[in-house]
Amino acid sequence: MGVGINVTNLNAWYGTTHALLDINLPIPANEATALIGPSGCGKSTFVRCLNRMHETNPVARVVGSVRMGDIDIYKDVSPVEVRRRIGMVFQRPNPFPTMSIYDNVASGLRLNGFGNRRVLDEVVERSLRSAALWDEVKADLKKKSGASLSGGQQQRLCIARALAVDPEVLLMDEPASALDPVSTAKIEDLIFQLKSQYTIVIVTHNMQQAARVAERTGFFLNGKLVEFDSTHKIFTNPGDKRTEDYITGRFG
Amino acid sequence: MPGPFETPSPVTEKPGGPQPGGELSTVRKYLQARGNSALADKGFRWLMILCALSIFAIVALICTELVLRSQLTIAKFGIKFFFGSAWDPVNGNFGALPFVYGTLVSSIVSLIIAVPLAVGVAVFITEMCPRMLRGILAFLTELLAAIPSVVYGLWAVFVLVPILREHVNPILIKLLGWSGLFAEPNFGIGMLAAGIILAIMILPIISSLTREVMSAVPNTQREAVLALGATRWEMIRMGVLRNARIGIVGSIILGLGRALGETMAVTMVIGNSPQIMKNLLAPGYSMASVIANEFSEASDDMYRSALIEIGLALFLVTIVVNGLARLLVWAVTRGAPPRSA
Amino acid sequence: MANQYRTSAWNRYSRYVSDHLATGLAVLSTILVIAPLIAIFIYLLYKGASSLNLAFFTQIPKPVGETGGGMANAIVGSAVVLAIGSAIGVPIGIAAGVFLAEFGQGGRLANVVRFTADVLNGVPSIVMGVAVYSLIVLPQKHFSAFAGGVALGIMMIPTITRTTEEMLLMVPHSIREAALGLGVPNWRSVLSVSLRTASPGVITGCMLAFARVAGETAPLLFTAFGNQFWSVNLAQPIAALPLQIYVYALSPYDEWHRLAWAGALVLIVLIVVSVSLVRYVTSRGVLKGAN
Repeated sequence: MGVGINVTNLNAWYGTTHALLDINLPIPANEATALIGPSGCGKSTFVRCLNRMHETNPVARVVGSVRMGDIDIYKDVSPVEVRRRIGMVFQRPNPFPTMSIYDNVASGLRLNGFGNRRVLDEVVERSLRSAALWDEVKADLKKKSGASLSGGQQQRLCIARALAVDPEVLLMDEPASALDPVSTAKIEDLIFQLKSQYTIVIVTHNMQQAARVAERTGFFLNGKLVEFDSTHKIFTNPGDKRTEDYITGRFG
Repeated sequence: MPGPFETPSPVTEKPGGPQPGGELSTVRKYLQARGNSALADKGFRWLMILCALSIFAIVALICTELVLRSQLTIAKFGIKFFFGSAWDPVNGNFGALPFVYGTLVSSIVSLIIAVPLAVGVAVFITEMCPRMLRGILAFLTELLAAIPSVVYGLWAVFVLVPILREHVNPILIKLLGWSGLFAEPNFGIGMLAAGIILAIMILPIISSLTREVMSAVPNTQREAVLALGATRWEMIRMGVLRNARIGIVGSIILGLGRALGETMAVTMVIGNSPQIMKNLLAPGYSMASVIANEFSEASDDMYRSALIEIGLALFLVTIVVNGLARLLVWAVTRGAPPRSA
Repeated sequence: MANQYRTSAWNRYSRYVSDHLATGLAVLSTILVIAPLIAIFIYLLYKGASSLNLAFFTQIPKPVGETGGGMANAIVGSAVVLAIGSAIGVPIGIAAGVFLAEFGQGGRLANVVRFTADVLNGVPSIVMGVAVYSLIVLPQKHFSAFAGGVALGIMMIPTITRTTEEMLLMVPHSIREAALGLGVPNWRSVLSVSLRTASPGVITGCMLAFARVAGETAPLLFTAFGNQFWSVNLAQPIAALPLQIYVYALSPYDEWHRLAWAGALVLIVLIVVSVSLVRYVTSRGVLKGAN
């Protein structure tokens, strides 16, 4: 089952640029939460703060509290431990090019020293099924390289790889933006099905996508969280004028 | 797919995700027990730093050894070591001028021969050559760089030297003997032979670097000159060579650096005679060659110290020359310094 | 008035001539450069091939005056010395390259390391031999294969370091992020993901360094020293192909000259094959599928 994440007073910088200002956002468990907003509004930065990927940038800085359950992910645990519990799917599919499909999915476990062959086989199969990719690749799991799949398949492979380490939260940073509509639809279907086991946070440019998959939506603008409410309310009766302007297409 | 504002329809297919108490919570347990690897990360980082610093340690060691073991002659002769022309190990009298002279002259001769040819080849490959030939020619010039020094020496001893002795030198003596640079006795081996074989060896370096800096000149420069009605040669001269001249000078200096330190081929054809003569056909001696020839036989500490001091001088000179060259080439190509041959 | 804008006939003619002269000179230079290369290869083939028989590869040199014999000890000796050199140069070189790519970007220490590696690269090989003699042979009081290996290994380091750094920096950032995002510790990500993705290029760099030192004679003159007999003892002088060629070439015996040519041919073939392989691998695209 997934857990919720509670973000309080989160501020983030890239060097001197103040990228996120005082974000307060409770992310509910076992739901999909969408984050929308124009380019450069900070939604990707925010999501990268949730699994401490933001700090891989040498000039990055984070202040504030991000709690998962009763653990502060910045103070109580190391980044490596956080990322095993909060997984991430990136905008562009990035399977490991030197590894087979099997090895890609198993990589999260193998690279952490896990060696039990039988369990690995089962984990790989389950993850590929969860990612709705199993039937398409089960014949050449070990023969085909991860990079030889189509774009949509690669992204589902990355999802399977992220699921294989059994995280509690899955962060998705515009997972379908580089894909064609058919693959996009498949990914959205996936998110539906995954919701019951994981907490999902999805960053998206596509408002219709947010409306389709998420229970809650947050609207970011210029590094601030302008509004956070149920998806239905955001899209039919937004409380803030700026939200309304964005949704109706006046900017962004 | 449910529409935008409808509640999602119930999931029809079992997703096959984690089951309570199944394999995947084994995974979760395993990963949680793994810890944060901070120690391993730190250890890894320090191991890499150590290896990187070992390079520094190696250079420092080389430097200190050279300095320490040449103390005897440094103390006894001081800077006059490099101006004395008498090399007399038997009587403990060491003057390194013949070797400095030999290294300089052979290097200069090699540059005089190699630079025009190398630039010519570079110009041909970069600007004039049909596209198909480009790869092959570039490959062949790089192959010249791969031939070991001792193989060049072997070929020089048995092929180049006889040709020089029998065919080339007599003509040189006849035509240019008045300058004093070409005179009898004509053994074939000597400064000229060393200069020629050195030229062949440094050619690929100068050529490939020149090609690189020429390629780094943007096409807009070439087009601008052509648009003014220039011929192809004028375009090359004004649009490319002029812009690349700093880098070309850098590549020449790099070639010089290589020539200064070159040992085996030179040792085999220079004649190994510590004398300073204007005659290019006379045998000479270079700094690298005297070390190669006499180091194993150096019986006393003073003798060895003299040879090591020559080595130290060679070391310092090549550092300066190479450093200067890289600075110039980097300034033009504005990237990481290119691979040396 | 219009005349001032017309170039003179002489001007046009002389520019035409210069252009063709320049082209001619450039072609001439190219021929003059390629010619010795071809001449050397043909001569090597001609002189060396006839002496390449089974005996060459299996026997050690016969005493002076006898015909026949081979350079088996030199070939094996070179292999031994190169193996030691690679065992030293490859790990240190790759590790230093990893340091520069992963921990050193833009740092002061990294610039110092790069500069030092460049300095090391430019050290004349004879000076390297003298230095290793001083550091290893003198204290041990004997020449050794080990000392020769150290000298060659040190010479391999700068090339391998530079190539490793370049190849690691070419690994796309997204791959690195993918590994980190899975909760893989940094050290494991560098080794098993970045280095593995860059491995074709890194291996190429090692081969390049190997080919370069395989032909080096000067560093071995006072370290491995050479050996007329069969020996694989690491603590004793050992024969090496370039060393043997050098000694034989300068000897007064025709038989030894013959062996020298054969040895040179073997050496050249080995090196040319390595260099061509390297070029082939790099031209086909080093990071297959990484994009």
